[in-house]
Amino acid sequence: MEVLKIATAGSVDDGKSTLIGRILYDTQSLTTDKLEAIEAKSKANGFDYLDFSLATDGLIAEREQGITIDVAHIYFSSKTKSYIVADTPGHIEYTRNMVTGASTSQASIILVDARKGVIEQTHRHFFINNLLRVKDIIVAVNKMDLVDFSESVYEEIKADFQKMIDQSEYKEQNITFIPVSALLGDNVVTSSENMPWYQGNTILDHLESLEAQDVYEQSQMRFPVQMVIRPKQTDFHDFRGYAGKIYGDDLEVGDEVTILPSLTTSRIKEIYFFDQKFDKAGRGSSCTITLEDDLNISRGDMIVKNAERPNIGKQLEAKVCWMDTKELQAGTQYFLQSGSNRILAKIKEVSGVIHTDFSGEDTTANSLKLNEVGKVNILMSRPLAYDSYTENRISGSFILIDAHTNTTAGVGFVQ
Amino acid sequence: MELVTKDRKTIDPLETIETHNNTAALTINPLESEAIYIFREVVAQFEKPVLLFSGGKDSITLVRLAQKAFYPAKIPFPLLHIDTGHNFPETIAFRDKLVEELGVELIVRYVQDSIDQGKVVEEKGKYASRNSLQTTTLLDALDEFKFDAAIGGARRDEEKARAKERIFSVRDDFGQWDEKNQRPELFDHLNGKISLGQNVRVFPISNWTELDVWSYINKEKIEIPSIYFAHIRKTFVRDGMIWSADEAVYREEDEVVEDRLVRFRTVGDMSCTAAVLSDAVTLEKVVEEIRASTISERGARIDDKRSEAAMEKRKQQGYF
Ligand SMILES: Nc1nc2c(ncn2[C@@H]2O[C@H](COP(=O)(O)OP(=O)(O)OP(=O)(O)O)[C@@H](O)[C@H]2O)c(=O)[nH]1
Ligand SMILES: [Mg+2]
Repeated sequence: MEVLKIATAGSVDDGKSTLIGRILYDTQSLTTDKLEAIEAKSKANGFDYLDFSLATDGLIAEREQGITIDVAHIYFSSKTKSYIVADTPGHIEYTRNMVTGASTSQASIILVDARKGVIEQTHRHFFINNLLRVKDIIVAVNKMDLVDFSESVYEEIKADFQKMIDQSEYKEQNITFIPVSALLGDNVVTSSENMPWYQGNTILDHLESLEAQDVYEQSQMRFPVQMVIRPKQTDFHDFRGYAGKIYGDDLEVGDEVTILPSLTTSRIKEIYFFDQKFDKAGRGSSCTITLEDDLNISRGDMIVKNAERPNIGKQLEAKVCWMDTKELQAGTQYFLQSGSNRILAKIKEVSGVIHTDFSGEDTTANSLKLNEVGKVNILMSRPLAYDSYTENRISGSFILIDAHTNTTAGVGFVQ
Repeated sequence: MELVTKDRKTIDPLETIETHNNTAALTINPLESEAIYIFREVVAQFEKPVLLFSGGKDSITLVRLAQKAFYPAKIPFPLLHIDTGHNFPETIAFRDKLVEELGVELIVRYVQDSIDQGKVVEEKGKYASRNSLQTTTLLDALDEFKFDAAIGGARRDEEKARAKERIFSVRDDFGQWDEKNQRPELFDHLNGKISLGQNVRVFPISNWTELDVWSYINKEKIEIPSIYFAHIRKTFVRDGMIWSADEAVYREEDEVVEDRLVRFRTVGDMSCTAAVLSDAVTLEKVVEEIRASTISERGARIDDKRSEAAMEKRKQQGYF
């Protein structure tokens, strides 16, 4: 079965968790014991309806406050697909968790409260989905029951949202609008009788129509070496395998390859997956390869095809989404990690803070605060092989690790 | 033969799978690929990892994935079993055989020792269980061997607090999970950098569902302990659940013991793991049964029924 990874987005209380809970309920994905727990808890809270957000808000603090704090990963299947849903928080304080959920998703459902329309957090979340280049966006105009299922309200919000889309640079993004009531289930899994003016798909029908694709799209082949496997056993005395995951494209025995950053070249001798050898391996597979020549290769190196070299350098420019309460400042050192490669790096310059409402940037700023996105110039202590994020996700993105606290402080997208 | 990953396809046990055939293409399971990737990151990023081995199906699956990740080298870390003393004898025999075959090191630490040392107090009465006592024994063992990464078979679909867990989940000096302040985790960039005293719990099969695990065991023909298959067992019924009539499980006088045809969906401490009525004697039948089930796996775990937040509270204290 195909696996489709999706994330939710939108401001606090827009109904993200309720929507996911509703989908689970309407697709009979909630097991009896889980449903009973939701019924009991809803009743105890004095609600006269089922609070579906309880299906995903799994932390004590979340249920106490009625908000989502961190991503919940939810699994369900339809007849044709398996779904992995990242239900993310809407509160601005937890934006980093929203980015976490969206980074591995092919599609995002951005919710908008019909009473409030497009607000600051809607801008921010659409902007982040744009930055991450999430391919399919569903804008679910929610709580239609609270605006009398009004078509004009829906159309107004759609027009507002469209203004944002017009400013976006990622034109290939597929965007679909759907009016829903997550609480009552209108246009979630079943078509709404209250909105005869809407002829389009329900949320689930739309998801079902999407073709499941890896977030690591087709591009040039990249093989970051995770580790060298040297068994030191009699049967495999001289075995020297390079373990890693293939990104971008197929890899074949006989392929002429370059090892980065050393720029040495060789040819693929064998491709192992467990105890079997293959002539060819597709992207996404975690395999072990051997080369024709005995070269000095270690973790952090990258193997690419000869004709497809990425950039190699000690300096790069990136858009960085900052996720730490400690500000990012020029002159500070961080560890930059891209896949298996971790390099000591220094922020040379913050050249601007980008407004997440698409209204331009502030070029006077020289630091990045929590949840801000900015253009940053980075110097590295060793040369790094990298691509631009639009060309290759794995080699075009990185995280910045605080050298003192070791926390993941930011995520970068190479320009 | 070609190694092809179709976009995010999982393996359906009902599809015919031809792996040992040199002309056909092999369909790679992205969940398997992800797990192997995670295993390799652990070994590359940590000094002293350990695999928490309970003898249950999830940890057996982990062992198979670890084998694949490092082949032709041996699994480069030991297995750690926290023994509650209330085990199903079948799982212990199975464990020892597996370790022998793989040639890996097995470390066993006993909850009974923690009790004898006065570090924990045995629960009493009807719902007594050693499940939560395991935490102390586990934390002591991690400390004793200075393990900096403990690999576990927890899955996000198991329970609502688990659904919130990262793949690399950082624990402080006291083994505690700070659930409101987890590190962001982006793309495949796993950050295993920790400070002195911290350690990391790693969950390679986070994104697998119970059905994924069973389908995989079926496809790979992985051997599992016999208690996962339907068998006749002396049992009694309490609170609508079926319990093993064993000396490790407290039983009231009026709770009648009967022979029933049952199997276990999850294998934990005997005192907190209920059986289900089942006639599934083969892996195919088990997969079918899981597919059709309307009760969650942990619906049969009494430790989760104690309170709505049971799992989260245990995790905060260092439970796996
Ligand atoms: N009337 C009505 N209420 C809704 C609808 N959807 C959600 N709600 C209510 O809105 C409130 C917030 O819902 P949640 O699902 O928790 O919102 P959320 O977007 O997940 O919030 P965060 O995760 O904290 O950002 C709850 O009280 C829901 O019952 C809807 O379609 N109609
Ligand atoms: Mg929510």
